[in-house]
Amino acid sequence: MHRQRNTSTDAQATELGWLEQHLLNDYQHDLPLVPRPFQALAEKLGSTEQAVIDTLAELQRQGYISRVGAVFRANTIGASTLAAMAVPAAELESVAQLVNSYTEVNHNYQREHHFNLWFVATAATETDLRKALQDIEQRSGYPVLYLPMLEDYHIDLGFELQWT
Amino acid sequence: MDMKVTGKAASWTVPAQLDGDDESLITAIQTGLPLTARPYAAIGQSLGMTEADVIARLQRLLENGVIKRLGVVVRHHELGYRANAMTVWNIPDEQVSEVGRCIGHFEFVTLCYRRPRRLPDWPYNLFTMIHGRDRDEVLANIDHLVHECGLGSIEREVLFSQRRFKQRGAIYHAADARQD
Repeated sequence: MHRQRNTSTDAQATELGWLEQHLLNDYQHDLPLVPRPFQALAEKLGSTEQAVIDTLAELQRQGYISRVGAVFRANTIGASTLAAMAVPAAELESVAQLVNSYTEVNHNYQREHHFNLWFVATAATETDLRKALQDIEQRSGYPVLYLPMLEDYHIDLGFELQWT
Repeated sequence: MDMKVTGKAASWTVPAQLDGDDESLITAIQTGLPLTARPYAAIGQSLGMTEADVIARLQRLLENGVIKRLGVVVRHHELGYRANAMTVWNIPDEQVSEVGRCIGHFEFVTLCYRRPRRLPDWPYNLFTMIHGRDRDEVLANIDHLVHECGLGSIEREVLFSQRRFKQRGAIYHAADARQD
């Protein structure tokens, strides 16, 4: 019943060219560890190194990719956690902006639940992380659920994109 | 005020065998590789390392699991996958690892973590992120998981995202922060 809602974005995504689609889908992992990785991609895709670099830069500019780089396993470097708050609707926007203002926070979403604000915070040490969360509690006046990862079961091979 | 920032964080899942140069390298690439012909050389230049050293260190970080993957990090929402639901499950402790591994290998699952319960407010101990082009697709994916992993009797909640206030890569050393 919601199928019609997203057609404009689907259309936008399907307007991406062949090179764009393959760069987005085929190289979410195993970027070659060779001196000229984009040249290696270009050879596989029948393109040129410069075209690959320019296309990736444009995809980044348009917001389709956040970066070309590494996804780190949580808590192998520094400390990170998921955190949740239950904020009255009237204050959600201002509390969300407060949370956003911390450089420790890298994701921040409103979700459909009594706990309606969910964010991920990351810092060099667990002490720094807890300090930031306690600071958010004190400044917002609402408790923060601290939900650090205990075990990771996900095999991360990127995300299969379907161009329909 | 009731302070809930309590509880022990995860123990290191990978023995910390990172030297100072590894940490510098991780800091240098956490917002992405430079989009230039020789990105590893460029990173090396900024750190006083050779290109070969950067490549060897990245290879090792991949092998020991500190880096899960190296490549294009896409933004699902912008690519038409507009619905995502954090689906949380209350799994008996003795079953959580087995269920986690079952859920963790489906391609529409982008995160599958065990986290602590926070009773009485929060009974769920398994957190999964499930993407789809719309709500129906996400819900169909969840039904598929319930069927495939035998979760029919497990208490769960589906928290669809309503609004994204912020999304960028993690920054571990604030002093070096570059906003996307």
